[in-house]
Amino acid sequence: MTVLAAAGVEGSNPLLNIGIFGVFVIITLVIVVRVSRRATRGASDFYTAGGGFTGQQNGIAISGDYLSAASFLGIAGAIALNGYDGFLYSVGFLVAWLVALLLVAELLRNTGKYTMGDVLAFRMRQRPVRAAAATSTLTVSFFYLLAQMAGAGGLIALLLNITNKTGQAAVIAIVGAVMIAYVLIGGMRGTSWVQIIKAVLLIVGAGVMTLWVLALYGFNLSALLGDAVAHGGKAGEALLNPGKQYGKSGLTRLDFVSLALALVLGTAGLPHVLMRFYTVPTAKEARKSVVWAIGLIGLFYLFTLVLGYGAGALVGPDEIKKAPGGANSAAPLLAYELGGTLLLGVIAAVAFATILAVVAGLTITASASFAHDIYANVIKRGKVDGKDEEVKVARITAVVIGIVAIFGGILANGQNIAFLVALAFAVAASANLPTILYSLFWKRFNTAGALWSIYGGLGITVVLIIFSPVVSGKAVDAATGRSPSMLQGVDFSWFPLDNPGLVSIPLSFLLGYLGTVLSKDKGNPGKYAEMEVRSLTGVGAEKAAAH
Amino acid sequence: MSTTESASSGGPPMEAKDWEAVQAAPEFQELRRRLRTFVFPVAGLFLTWYLLYVLMGSYAPSVMSIKLFGNVNVGLVFGLLQFLSTFGITAWYVRYANRRLDPLAGDLRDKLEGEQA
Repeated sequence: MTVLAAAGVEGSNPLLNIGIFGVFVIITLVIVVRVSRRATRGASDFYTAGGGFTGQQNGIAISGDYLSAASFLGIAGAIALNGYDGFLYSVGFLVAWLVALLLVAELLRNTGKYTMGDVLAFRMRQRPVRAAAATSTLTVSFFYLLAQMAGAGGLIALLLNITNKTGQAAVIAIVGAVMIAYVLIGGMRGTSWVQIIKAVLLIVGAGVMTLWVLALYGFNLSALLGDAVAHGGKAGEALLNPGKQYGKSGLTRLDFVSLALALVLGTAGLPHVLMRFYTVPTAKEARKSVVWAIGLIGLFYLFTLVLGYGAGALVGPDEIKKAPGGANSAAPLLAYELGGTLLLGVIAAVAFATILAVVAGLTITASASFAHDIYANVIKRGKVDGKDEEVKVARITAVVIGIVAIFGGILANGQNIAFLVALAFAVAASANLPTILYSLFWKRFNTAGALWSIYGGLGITVVLIIFSPVVSGKAVDAATGRSPSMLQGVDFSWFPLDNPGLVSIPLSFLLGYLGTVLSKDKGNPGKYAEMEVRSLTGVGAEKAAAH
Repeated sequence: MSTTESASSGGPPMEAKDWEAVQAAPEFQELRRRLRTFVFPVAGLFLTWYLLYVLMGSYAPSVMSIKLFGNVNVGLVFGLLQFLSTFGITAWYVRYANRRLDPLAGDLRDKLEGEQA
């Protein structure tokens, strides 16, 4: 068993996995090239596909953007090993979409054009607010990107049976290069189609496995849960109840509440999610996008519940813990248990496709924010010579970000940086969401308030994370001989929680308020009137570009 | 052809319009009231409902562990209810927006863009 554990997942055929993934890359590249022929050369096409997607297409693409490898492999694995506590995550990830539906999506679509900065700077002093919005966008995108790329390294070991670091680095570089190709050739249009194809594959694949598992238990959920408990050994019964992971102490309980808060409020502040709302022509289509996304994402998380307990019951927690990648191997091992090498190959390819689609979405968001907010509006003060220039900057930025992501991913490979995703959500919930909500709904809000809530939220979140136990100071785990913290052998932590949301989110709302009322700037009532009328009626909103 | 590239912060320029007058008009105030009286209370409702679930999961695991039928316990049913309430609120909002918001917003938009032309 130890020999197998050192190699890839048992039953995995690396050539088959690479083959299926290669077919995915070729098919998507062909589609990206084909759809890009229809594209115009303008900024609106590169950033938002000219607003030409339907709500349904965009909703599927949003699911493809949002359901990262972390939520597919991570949540299924968390449920298999920690039972109910893994399920708690997925509830937060879904409920969060109501914030986007009710408070953000439509109003944002009506007032902005390409980036989060468009909305935040609408009635403020353009340059400082855009610079702040871009800083936050780049930070969130970078953390998220790094987590995805580092995750790719683990996935390679798991599914392609490449265990040496050089081989893994080569595959990370290939993944990064393909991603850069998608973004350069296809812009937002091509990236969206990659996300749509990936979302369909992921949801269909997970759906087939779910029905398969349920069929084995006569479509009796209780029987499946019972079998998961039976295979869970001494701790089996605890799988059905909350607290296995988070119930250890008062501090871990509080930590979970803090994480839950960041998840539910962070989604509607994630820049790559916000940008997707500009790819549809109207607010009504933005609404339809969210409705589709909620339906698909909800369905998917229901699947992961069955897959997680199914992996616990059919594969068993001991087997999962022993496999390379630990919890992340639960879904692939279950695929092998059900459908043998072929289904494992399909699921492995879907997992890779997931990483590709998510990093492409992040890259285009970050490059749009740099080119549109920083270059065109802060550096060039809105006077760009023709829109081609801005797109050129965006393309160069995309390549730079892609290269940084490749090297970051190679350096971070094998590091414990899963907390970066939680950090991205915490920054989005602290720096972005309060500023967006104040901008849309509070007349008095002004430039100072926006800067306080963005930089304040960003700064507080990052500082609290650096001095939290995820970075340093967790006790060494006797089983592995390593501390679960990122850094080993040092302890400079003073903030007790892993997740800063409980402190940083309320403080950011407070800072946005204080910055506003303490400033002499009374805001611009005329601009607020324009923003409010536009946001609610869609007057003068960006129309879909004609092709 | 595209009409998208004309202004730096979204949309064709409409500098001439008196936005404050439009904002003060009773039709717009009605639209604003309809939106806010729906989204704020409903947002408060689902956030409270979600927070109750999270707090129960963290601080009342014994209640969540009570078995209801077979191996299905309160926690699982509560979690699935969160899915159900999310789908339900989505459907409720879409229905409300289609009936109460869209017609009013459409009328206002037509009126404003008509003046423009």
